Amino acid sequence: MLRWASHSLILLLAAPILLGTLIASLPAFGYFPPLGSTEFSLAAWRDLFEVPGLTRSVLISLISGVLTPLIALILVFLYLASATGSKLDLWIRRLVSPLLSFPHAAAAFGLAFLIAPSGLLSRILSPGLTGWERPPDLLIVNDTWGLSLLFGLIIKEVPFLLLMSLAALPQLQTKQRVEVARTLGYRPTVAWLKVIAPSLYPLIRLPVIAVIVFASATVDVALILGPTLPPTLSVRVLAWFNDADLNLRFLAAAGALLQLGTSMLAIAIWLVLEKLAAILWKFWLGTGNRDRGENLASAIGRSAMPAVLIVVAGSLLALLINAFAGVWRFPSAVPTDWTIQHWLNSLANLATPLFNTIVISVSSTLLALLLVIATLESERLSGNKKSTAIWLLYLPLLVPQLVFLFGFIVMTEFAGWQPNMSLVIFGHLLFVLPYVFLSFSEAYRQLDPRWSQVASTLGASQFKSFWRIRIPLLLAPCLTAVAIGMAISISLFLPTQLLGAGRITTITSEAVSLTSGASRNLISVWAIVQLSLPMLGFMAALFIPKLVWRNRRGMQETR
Amino acid sequence: MAQLRAPFPIIRMFLLFVLMSLSSQTAAQAIEVSDWPALEQQARGKTVYFNAWGGEPRINSYLNWAAELLEQRFDINLQHVKVADTAEAVSKIIAERQAGNDSNGSIDLLWINGENFAALKENKLLFGPWVEEQPNFGLVNADRFPEMREDFTVPTDGLESPWTRSQLVFYHDSQWLEEPPKTIEEILAWSTANPGEFTYPRPPAFLGSTFLKQAILELSDQDPALYAPVTDAEFERITTALWNYLDALHPTLLRGGRYFPNSAAELRRLMGDGETSLAMAFNPNEALLSVRTGELPASVRTYVLQGGTIGNVSFLAIPYNAQHKAAAMIAANFLLSTEAQARASDPNHMGSTTVISVEDLDADARLEFDNVTADLAAASQEALSHKLQEPHPSWTPALERAWIQRYSAR
Repeated sequence: MLRWASHSLILLLAAPILLGTLIASLPAFGYFPPLGSTEFSLAAWRDLFEVPGLTRSVLISLISGVLTPLIALILVFLYLASATGSKLDLWIRRLVSPLLSFPHAAAAFGLAFLIAPSGLLSRILSPGLTGWERPPDLLIVNDTWGLSLLFGLIIKEVPFLLLMSLAALPQLQTKQRVEVARTLGYRPTVAWLKVIAPSLYPLIRLPVIAVIVFASATVDVALILGPTLPPTLSVRVLAWFNDADLNLRFLAAAGALLQLGTSMLAIAIWLVLEKLAAILWKFWLGTGNRDRGENLASAIGRSAMPAVLIVVAGSLLALLINAFAGVWRFPSAVPTDWTIQHWLNSLANLATPLFNTIVISVSSTLLALLLVIATLESERLSGNKKSTAIWLLYLPLLVPQLVFLFGFIVMTEFAGWQPNMSLVIFGHLLFVLPYVFLSFSEAYRQLDPRWSQVASTLGASQFKSFWRIRIPLLLAPCLTAVAIGMAISISLFLPTQLLGAGRITTITSEAVSLTSGASRNLISVWAIVQLSLPMLGFMAALFIPKLVWRNRRGMQETR
Repeated sequence: MAQLRAPFPIIRMFLLFVLMSLSSQTAAQAIEVSDWPALEQQARGKTVYFNAWGGEPRINSYLNWAAELLEQRFDINLQHVKVADTAEAVSKIIAERQAGNDSNGSIDLLWINGENFAALKENKLLFGPWVEEQPNFGLVNADRFPEMREDFTVPTDGLESPWTRSQLVFYHDSQWLEEPPKTIEEILAWSTANPGEFTYPRPPAFLGSTFLKQAILELSDQDPALYAPVTDAEFERITTALWNYLDALHPTLLRGGRYFPNSAAELRRLMGDGETSLAMAFNPNEALLSVRTGELPASVRTYVLQGGTIGNVSFLAIPYNAQHKAAAMIAANFLLSTEAQARASDPNHMGSTTVISVEDLDADARLEFDNVTADLAAASQEALSHKLQEPHPSWTPALERAWIQRYSAR
């Protein structure tokens, strides 16, 4: 029964994506009957390779696809190596969930409002320190090589990888293993990097690959922070899809396949980097070196996380000030007057999207959790073999959204389905599911099987040992998974917009449509609403286990 | 068994209800556009999904107001589907046709003009003709204002109903720039002397494309070829001057022309932040409205270029596969009424320019439109009377593509 559930689940999720990709890619090879083209041809590819600046677009997507996870991972590992157990660490662990809950679009806006030439930072420093009476003519946001895009993505992915690591770490008996290494004379940071990092990395490998795909194919962050001349590949593909000139459909389809290829290439580069890192580590372990690099690694590790925090706090502050600012001329550090008018203006428009957001995120996340647990249980009961088809679950993270969603819409219309809530929920499920699976599966698989064995020897049924032993032991990662699932759902734009045909609006879809014309103030209001929703979820995920396990010291440690 | 039988009548009633609603829908398909009372009857209780650009809160609030009145008077539920770019809605209609959805489309009414209209009309994706059957169509006096029947030189053929007028205007911050440049050539001279104080939205953002069209109209002395479908030879001949102009202009722009804002709103923000001194808008009242909200400083003034600027009309159209065509027509006719147009032109609400021929109204009705009081930030009515017509719609994508080709990867 469970087995059947997990198989049908995979089919249910993989089919629309594979078929959608297929249908959407037909035009790439010239087949598109509605435009009267039934001959296969390579014309779209010729057009694509003549697009000016295509190489640079692909290169920028590739750079952010590889550098984002690389830098984020280095920062996270150095931090975990140097600060685990410190006071800073306790503090950071409390903040990591709220940090993660910052939706990408909101974070990107906050960052842009912070670092732009007329941003908060520049206003604080001017004219006193800089002498600027008017904003300097500097290309900071939307810079040509996508550095601010890279910066924004790293800020967003560091908390994600940190949370994923924290969820996996309890399985590794970190404390004991580091202690053993330390008795052998290794300094703490070096000890962690040599002993824990190699066993932690495999546990967070899929999240890292999801980061690669996201960073190389993101649309919303690239629209806000990315370069414009030319923009990243993903942004250009979306523009071609949306162009009124229908003949650009062929180009868009080819571009979408190129995006798929670019993301795959980024992953391939990453796999090579993995091999290099493995060789490096092997050599480094072999040297038996106990303290070289300790000070530098520890200094970077300890300062990286506060730096990320400060940037995020600054972005949040920029959003908050803008949401309540009346008239605010450069170079004043604070607005001349404050107002709640922006909130009053938005109030009437907030209710429906807010309701929809909650309905969609709660139902898609609970459905996802149900399916994930069913899959994991069946995997466990069938002898702990990882199902070979399980990688299909990650398809939504490995195939750029744009590609299969377009084909998916064509399919739903063939079926005669009107855009409706359940379709949107299903669309969200496609994206929520892998994240819930990513964040929950390792913890579930790594849970010491002896707990269940003990329960069985004491005569408990499978069902009882599931409810009374595994779920309570896994309460913290389970709630984290729920919070992540909801945060993902809340921040989704494209599935809501395309499957709901604009009729079903969420906070995020409304916020993104405002960005094409609204003031910074109004964008800030919506961004704040957008980011406070998932934050509530993460708070709950953080405090419920603490409450439930307030008198279990061993359980406190896992969080 | 007796207990089990009870639910059946309910199910049968439900089926009957479903059948009835299906048949009433089929009846709604057969539309007699000249029988207005019958249309009103058919429209009752229907929902109109109105796809319109949602980036301007003022317009969104205005449509909320319109929705309330439509509900009260006609029992029509107007839903504003906010799109970031009208081309998205065009894509949607195409995707529906691709899937064979010819009668249950998700869009009932569409705010549209220019190349989007041309694309839909050419592919026969619009319902109609219906527009001139509207009781309120007479208000626009299309015989005197041919632009009500012509969208970027393409005849509307009764497929789209006039909604609002736009005209390209420029505005400047008089704190930094007292005497603004009055022609396209003067803009270049001024920007060369004052680098980094001007920029324009990146085509294909419509305001950016409009700037290109304005420049080419001025640089080519309104070459008649611009009003005919574009050909490679004509394009080559006429645009050379434009590229020379832009090649000289770009290095003098904000960020040295390595970055362009993506919308009219971002352009406005740049001036609000003091980054630029000269900007443009497609709503003549935009600067005035933004000064009132504090978004722009009080020192901002609006003006029109010496030889006149591009003006156009934007329209409401009904897709061929719209579900509730009757209700969409009633809604369009309402949006064209004196009452709705007067409210739309009120700077306290939407602040647009009306399509109604106000002079033809009686004195009382005319008073309703008398709301744009003389304001320093507004352009004078006299200046606004200098209008240039939009080139043929085929020029817009051609110019946009060429611009992207030349400048998007420098």
